[in-house]
Amino acid sequence: MKFGLINMVASIALIFGIAFSSTILAASPEQIAEGKKVALDRKKGNCLSCHAMADGVLPGNIGPPLVAMKARFPDISVLRAQIYDATAKNPRTIMPPFGKHGILSDKEIDLVTDFIHSL
Amino acid sequence: MRKFFYAATMVLTICLTGSFAIASTPAEELAEFQQYYLDKFPDTPKEDFINGIYSIDAASRETFDAIEEFAPYEIDVAKGEEMYNKPFADGSGYANCFAEPGVRHLYPQFDSKSGKIVTLEGAINACRKAAGEKPLKYKKGAMTALTAYMAYESRGNIFDIKIPDDERALAQYNRGKRHWYQKRGQLNMACADCHLNNAGNYIRSERLSPALGHLTHFPVYRAKWGGLGTPHRRIAGCNEQVRAKAFKAQSDEYKALEYFLTYMSNGLEANGPATRK
Ligand code: HEC
Ligand code: HEC
Repeated sequence: MKFGLINMVASIALIFGIAFSSTILAASPEQIAEGKKVALDRKKGNCLSCHAMADGVLPGNIGPPLVAMKARFPDISVLRAQIYDATAKNPRTIMPPFGKHGILSDKEIDLVTDFIHSL
Repeated sequence: MRKFFYAATMVLTICLTGSFAIASTPAEELAEFQQYYLDKFPDTPKEDFINGIYSIDAASRETFDAIEEFAPYEIDVAKGEEMYNKPFADGSGYANCFAEPGVRHLYPQFDSKSGKIVTLEGAINACRKAAGEKPLKYKKGAMTALTAYMAYESRGNIFDIKIPDDERALAQYNRGKRHWYQKRGQLNMACADCHLNNAGNYIRSERLSPALGHLTHFPVYRAKWGGLGTPHRRIAGCNEQVRAKAFKAQSDEYKALEYFLTYMSNGLEANGPATRK
């Protein structure tokens, strides 16, 4: 019942073209934990090879530390876009285009985005 | 008018993709390339870039120096010397093909007859073929024992790769240069992304070496391999790291890349073989 209501609110927001804020569809702790797994997995996100973040050990320093993400990315869709295809913003970036090149699935990108946004 | 737009777009594209866009001759590009690293690592004297990552990383330098004192490749050098001096079945030998064993610093070369690049490994097999001997494998084993000996005999000589005034030589150089600056693989990274823009930075716990001096010390002994490898073996590994399909050792693509990259270290001393992580 509750989920139905949230869905309805979300649909209405969509219909009216209102960008729903992350509070409405806040990721669950389980989703965030899933996202963290994908982000740290060396064969998946392997974000630590370039970014310091959270409690990750031995991070690289090629990219900026991923901290205070909500302040830097108030709009979570901008964060997702950066992870999906970093080359859209900076064609010369060394950051791999995780979505565009199929390194992560759409679902995995969503999970990683939720996790990173929680930092 | 359309031509102008085309030219303008080309210039723009080149500006966006390469850091050394406007430079024109290989000699000018060489000077710019080397200066970039000298500026980036002001504490490293130019002649020390032949030591790869150890030239900029004081922390691992001591271990490196200690390993080099009892180098794991010494046995290969000895084996290579024996091979070099053993006559072929037809009575001829490597001395018929090379003026002396210490020629590492003169390869790769542009061969004006074929219009192709000749690497040291390629020249060795050409020599064997002419004498009716079987060719050696191109990545490790007997080949690297032989090149280890030849590199050892070349120590102290200065790299002097020539790009003769020949359109075909320039085309080979440009092909290698393109490979070096072009993003590739699923991870979409260029050699330059790691070894130019991010030289000195850490990718995970691995520190990235400057490309100046990248090919002065081959064949290289890596603990990871438990033995020696040729330049193309190492480069294939870097291609695979970014999930790109590696080219074959001694493919035209890698020969061109080696030509470009070795040329960029002109003026530095030959110091092979060497050990690396
Ligand atoms: C090979 C290096 C590399 C990897 C791997 C990498 N990044 Fe990045 N990332 C960068 C660099 C460099 C930048 C700086 C922006 C640029 O280059 O355009 C960046 C920027 C970012 C930004 C923007 C930060 C800001 O404040 O603007 C975010 C967010 C980000 N990365 C997230 C991730 C996530 C999540 C992953 C893993 C799924 C990841 N990155 C993997 C190199 C990398
Ligand atoms: C994802 C980052 C990355 C990319 C892209 C990359 N490399 Fe590397 N490369 C490394 C790392 C890490 C090492 C080992 C540490 C070091 O010496 O830098 C290495 C080592 C090397 C070495 C050995 C250096 C020595 O002193 O023995 C050579 C040569 C080399 N790379 C050439 C290339 C070439 C050519 C390309 C492009 C085809 C390339 N690399 C692309 C990360 C990369």
